[in-house]
Amino acid sequence: MNDLLLRFVIGGAIVSSFSVIGDILRPKSFAGLFGAAPSIALATIGLTIARHGKAYVAVEARSMVIGSIAFCVYAWLASATLLHREARSPVITMALMPVWFITSFGLWYCCLR
Amino acid sequence: MIKIRFSSLKGTKAHEYLLRFLLGGLVTAGAGLIADQFGPVPGGLFMAFPAIFPAAATMLEKHEREKKQHAGLPPGKRGRMVAGVDAGGAALGTFGLAAFAFCVWKWLPRGQTWLVLVVALVCWFSVSTGLWWLRRRL
Repeated sequence: MNDLLLRFVIGGAIVSSFSVIGDILRPKSFAGLFGAAPSIALATIGLTIARHGKAYVAVEARSMVIGSIAFCVYAWLASATLLHREARSPVITMALMPVWFITSFGLWYCCLR
Repeated sequence: MIKIRFSSLKGTKAHEYLLRFLLGGLVTAGAGLIADQFGPVPGGLFMAFPAIFPAAATMLEKHEREKKQHAGLPPGKRGRMVAGVDAGGAALGTFGLAAFAFCVWKWLPRGQTWLVLVVALVCWFSVSTGLWWLRRRL
C-alpha cells in the first residue's frame, strides 16, 4: 500500500512537472516533445529496482520500447486528425486511445509473447 | 527559436494542475499494479502510456479558445491547430522515449543505475530535439 501511494505521489509530481515545462516552452512543436517525456519510467525505476532488481526493470524497458512505438502511432494520428478534421481535442484524443492499446498489445503479442 | 514564457503559467488554473497531478499519479500507480499482477513484460508497456497527453491537448485548445473570447474574437480553429502541432511534437518525442527505454534495457543490468539514467536522459533529449531540429530544416 505504501509502495502504491509513493508511486502515486512521485508519478504525479514528475508527470505534472514535465507538463509544466511543456507549458512554458515555445514553439508548441518543441513543447510537444515533453508530452512524450519518460516521466512514468523516471517515477518508477528507482522503486522497482529496490523491490525487484535491475533485471526486472530491463525487461520492463524492453516493453517500453514497444509502448513508445504505439505512442508514436497514437500521437501522429491525433496530430493529423486535429489538424485536418473538425472534432474537438478531448473527443479526438480519447477516441484514438484504443489505437495505443491495439498497437502496443499487438506488437507485444507478435514480438515479446 | 526556442523560447521560455513563464507568463503561460498564468493561464493554467489550480484545478488543472491538480488534474495533471492526479492523472500522472494514477497512471504511474496503475503501471506498477499491472506489472505486479501480470509481470514486467506487459507492465512495461504502460511506462510509455500517453499519461497526460489527452488532458494536455484539451487544455491547450481550451486556453486558445479563452484567449480568443477575451479578445472578442470567434473561437475559430486555432485551438485545435495548436493542439495538433503539440501532438506532432509528441509524436517526434516518442523516438526519444524509445531511445531512453533502449538505453535502460541494454545497460541497466550491467551499469551503475544513476549513470545509466543520466545517459538515457541525454539520449532522450538528444534524439527528441535532434529530430525536431531536422524536421524544421527539411
